[in-house]
Amino acid sequence: MAVFTFFAVQSEVFRSPRGIANWLDPASTLGIMAVAVALLMIGGHFDLSAGVMTGTTALTVGIVATELGQNVWVAIGAALVLALAIGFANGWLVTRTRLPSFIITLGTFLMLQGLNLGLTKLFTGTVTVGGIDDAPGYAAAEWVFASRVQVLGAEVRVAVLWWLLFTALASWVLLRTRFGNWVFATGGDEVAARNVGVPARRTTIALFMTTAAAAWFVGTTLAVRLTSVQANTGIGQELIYIVAAVIGGCLLTGGFGSAVGAALGALIFGMTLLGIPYLRWDADWFYFFLGAMLLLAVLANRLVRRYAEAARR
Amino acid sequence: MTPAPSAPLLELRGVGKDHGSVIALDGIDATVRAGEVTCVLGDNGAGKSTLIKVLAGVHPADRGTVLLDGAPVAFGSPRDALDAGIATVYQDLAMIPLMSIWRNFFLGAEPTRGWGPFRRFDAARAKETTRRELAAMGIDIRDPDQPVGTLSGGERQSVAIARAVHFGARVLILDEPTSALGVKQAGVVLRYVAQARDRGVGVVLITHNPHHAHPVGDRFLVLNRGRSLGEFAKPDISREELTRLMAGGAELEALAHELERPGG
Repeated sequence: MAVFTFFAVQSEVFRSPRGIANWLDPASTLGIMAVAVALLMIGGHFDLSAGVMTGTTALTVGIVATELGQNVWVAIGAALVLALAIGFANGWLVTRTRLPSFIITLGTFLMLQGLNLGLTKLFTGTVTVGGIDDAPGYAAAEWVFASRVQVLGAEVRVAVLWWLLFTALASWVLLRTRFGNWVFATGGDEVAARNVGVPARRTTIALFMTTAAAAWFVGTTLAVRLTSVQANTGIGQELIYIVAAVIGGCLLTGGFGSAVGAALGALIFGMTLLGIPYLRWDADWFYFFLGAMLLLAVLANRLVRRYAEAARR
Repeated sequence: MTPAPSAPLLELRGVGKDHGSVIALDGIDATVRAGEVTCVLGDNGAGKSTLIKVLAGVHPADRGTVLLDGAPVAFGSPRDALDAGIATVYQDLAMIPLMSIWRNFFLGAEPTRGWGPFRRFDAARAKETTRRELAAMGIDIRDPDQPVGTLSGGERQSVAIARAVHFGARVLILDEPTSALGVKQAGVVLRYVAQARDRGVGVVLITHNPHHAHPVGDRFLVLNRGRSLGEFAKPDISREELTRLMAGGAELEALAHELERPGG
């Protein structure tokens, strides 16, 4: 709220409907990921491969649709299967080896980064996949993933609506279903959760698969919207997702946080990303601002944890 | 199958368990009856935790038999044991501190309503039941929405006991429920143990403190280095004998002799 007021007061464009639609756009694709990453973090894990996975799925859509000449929907389906498989592999490795998910997904991250580049070069001879809009079925896919809708006199990308929908869905699952209760428990204390009969392993794997599915959705959105995909898409984004989730109140140690918070974190990110150029400031200030938000959020989180643990003694 | 009227709820016959080449537990006989408290006493490393794990279904026994209502059983997982009515309350792992009392209370057994993809956690019912069950055990909780982390150690143990009783535990295993608590808090927890017993639950109380065990226990199993030093009914053993037996009697005398001042 404070961030919005700050930029809105300073810039005419920022508070216009068009301006709002503009900064909602980066917030939406980031937000879809941040919400999934928040669920995973509440469940006590990180996924460093989440960013590069948006690239992997986008490239898969592109390669299957153009180089292999399939219908766009076949390509999107193939990318989903691939994403779920990667998510399952992440979750399975983490629950089997009991190594920190940080290390396991760092491995997946680097492997996918190499595969993205290597396979793209192998198929296309360059580092881009283009011409997705020439494949059959593109029009329908564009309508679902990359159309624009009129909301209150402004054209908003459909991803914004998906973002709102996913946030609401994630929130409901987290607070009002058995699975949500298990997510909090697994992240809060896995051994205790297991002792009372929570299927902690299945919960963890499901969370990694959810994150992968979100990466698939965002990757597909990028591929369909831009119609060409760079082989390095998504690299570096994984930390931004975590930052958004933490700004939204997720504890790094798991067991606490919310989907709505992560969505707000993404919103703040979007506002800052576009608000700074609107003020004609140097874009370099963006990262300074983001870092300061992160520190503030972490300090606030610490207070929450202190409160919950204070009366234990 | 209806249990024979004389069959105890839970019975161990010659139960043993190895960890690799180390014999952790050997030849343990014990009985747990409904409405009685069986105390398992022993020093550190006596095999108490291994015994819990066998009873709770964490590890299967390597030797001997576990009888439930007179019929032999083998639990493959804690879930199996739980389904058979054997609930375990672990010392410090019973609750998730950052979650609210009512979420903790129903963790792993959440009531749901609705169907298919709309099946959801019935939060209103969960809160109401939590409040009622805790009141029935005489536990006064200000607000079921507060995080468990804000409760005292004794209160948390009490909530865990109430939870086990609510979910139809017939055998309740308590792992050192009083060890981390002060005298007053320990008294509170022992009172809830007695409550559970009076409601017809067979309680297994694991402890290294004979002063906590003796007043509430009906029978006592004393362990030393994985072996049983015998199972005693309450009339057959005094608190002093129990203390002496537990501390390893002869060993303690030898120690006293060793520590005496030379030429004293």
